[in-house]
Amino acid sequence: MGTVILLTLTGLGLAALYFLVASGLSLVFGLADVLNFAHGLFLGVGAYGTWWAAGNLPGAGSDGFGFVLAVAFGVAAGTLVAILVELVLIRPLYSRTIEQVLVTVGLSLAGVALLQATWGADARPFPRPDWTRQVTGILGAQVPNGGLLLIIAAVLVLGAILAFLRWTRYGLVIRAGVENREMVTALGIDVRKAFTLVFAIGGAAAALAGALGGVYFGTVSPGQGGSLLIFAFIVVVIGGMGSVVGSAYAAVVVGLVQQFVNYYGTSGLGDICVVGLLAVVLLLRPQGIAGKVATA
Amino acid sequence: MTEPILNVEDVSVRISGLHILQGVSFTVAPTGVTVLLGRNGVGKTTTLRAIVGLTPPAGEVRGTIRMGAQSLLARPTHRLVRGGLGYVPEDRCVFAGLTVAENLRLAERRGTEPAYDKVFALFPELDRRGRQRAGSLSGGQQQMLAIGRVLLNDNRLLLVDEPTKGLAPKVVTEVAEVLERVADSVPVLLVEQNLAVVRRLARDAVVLAAGKVAWTGEARELLLETALTKSLLGVGSAEVSH
Repeated sequence: MGTVILLTLTGLGLAALYFLVASGLSLVFGLADVLNFAHGLFLGVGAYGTWWAAGNLPGAGSDGFGFVLAVAFGVAAGTLVAILVELVLIRPLYSRTIEQVLVTVGLSLAGVALLQATWGADARPFPRPDWTRQVTGILGAQVPNGGLLLIIAAVLVLGAILAFLRWTRYGLVIRAGVENREMVTALGIDVRKAFTLVFAIGGAAAALAGALGGVYFGTVSPGQGGSLLIFAFIVVVIGGMGSVVGSAYAAVVVGLVQQFVNYYGTSGLGDICVVGLLAVVLLLRPQGIAGKVATA
Repeated sequence: MTEPILNVEDVSVRISGLHILQGVSFTVAPTGVTVLLGRNGVGKTTTLRAIVGLTPPAGEVRGTIRMGAQSLLARPTHRLVRGGLGYVPEDRCVFAGLTVAENLRLAERRGTEPAYDKVFALFPELDRRGRQRAGSLSGGQQQMLAIGRVLLNDNRLLLVDEPTKGLAPKVVTEVAEVLERVADSVPVLLVEQNLAVVRRLARDAVVLAAGKVAWTGEARELLLETALTKSLLGVGSAEVSH
């Protein structure tokens, strides 16, 4: 029983990480039709921003309020990079899909190379509060606190995004834009501002995933964003492009399948099962669990 | 003679290598309804979309389009709409996942008071169904929502694309009544296939054929000429007389 609880909660921790990356990716694709391969860069910037701030930013550190400040710095850096990417590189290329893919793939590769050139290719120990290294006993299972932190953060982010979509004017514009962007402009709304906003939200969530992923894995490395991005894309497709709630469901399914199959089967078989699940969804329900709806 | 509200001069639209419109020129009077007629595929919707700046990115628009003294080409759609160009698209395009109230709220503009009283006076149903998802409305109700959304704000010109398409005859009459009342206060450029509606609403008519203007004049005059109507619109005297 303890093993099942442990696998479930560590699977949910992984799901939380996937959700934080996938939620922004999904909104960006749903609203702006941009398949952003550079999304992993925002995660990398968040992780390295937090790592750098913990050691260099006055007041920041690896524990207590200092750690919160370091994470806030990392998230702010990731958000800023996301906004700049949208304004400078993506905005001139809306409705030019091939160029978008080329630019975002190129940016992703360049971003990883830049991180490597600056801080080296090897993984570095991530500064994290002592309590995140410890475990909490839940129904007989010793669950790592870092995973629980990720789950709590993902639930809070999900609630915040849904509240934003449901209760704010821009949330309304984004939900409408995911359905029919052209009609939003035909009502006199400059939908480009919403594009920038979803990039900022996505960048912030991915950067938070980078910071908390560092806590979860205990290290930070330049390629971390890219490997997580692959599963985030799978989550987005399974959940339905543009649906935050769909991404949450899909992240849970993917995280749990990976953990359980890897444990009870062979290591790595979980990843293959996830790809199999993606194929099944594409064949039976190509629009994903929730379809193209920015659910609020 | 009063100045037209809209001047379309020598407008050509090419989309993905196809010449959809070729040197189209016409004007829209500052009052009443001007109807844009023609068989399917002659470029009526393309004309409206070119006016409101919604030609697809793969398309190219040439010529001159002016609303009053203001040139419309090369201006983004949201600015044209904020400048008083209301657009009701073909197939309604309501946001199916949003409620009726949210669809209307989306059309509100900062700094101006939305005319909910006017909209709910024209469409009391929208007030009663505020919490209902727009996707679950009937075709007629969706059309009313699409028109109501545009009427929340002041417009200098309304572009309305096939508002009666696919609607039951009773609903067609209701929509025509509303457009008649709307046209009392704002000029309308209407794309419409239903000649009974055209007869009721339109003062002026522009007929397109193969991407070019084939006829302009008073709508009444066109509808009296059954042979002309048949050749331009492909309908017989029976449809014209109803």
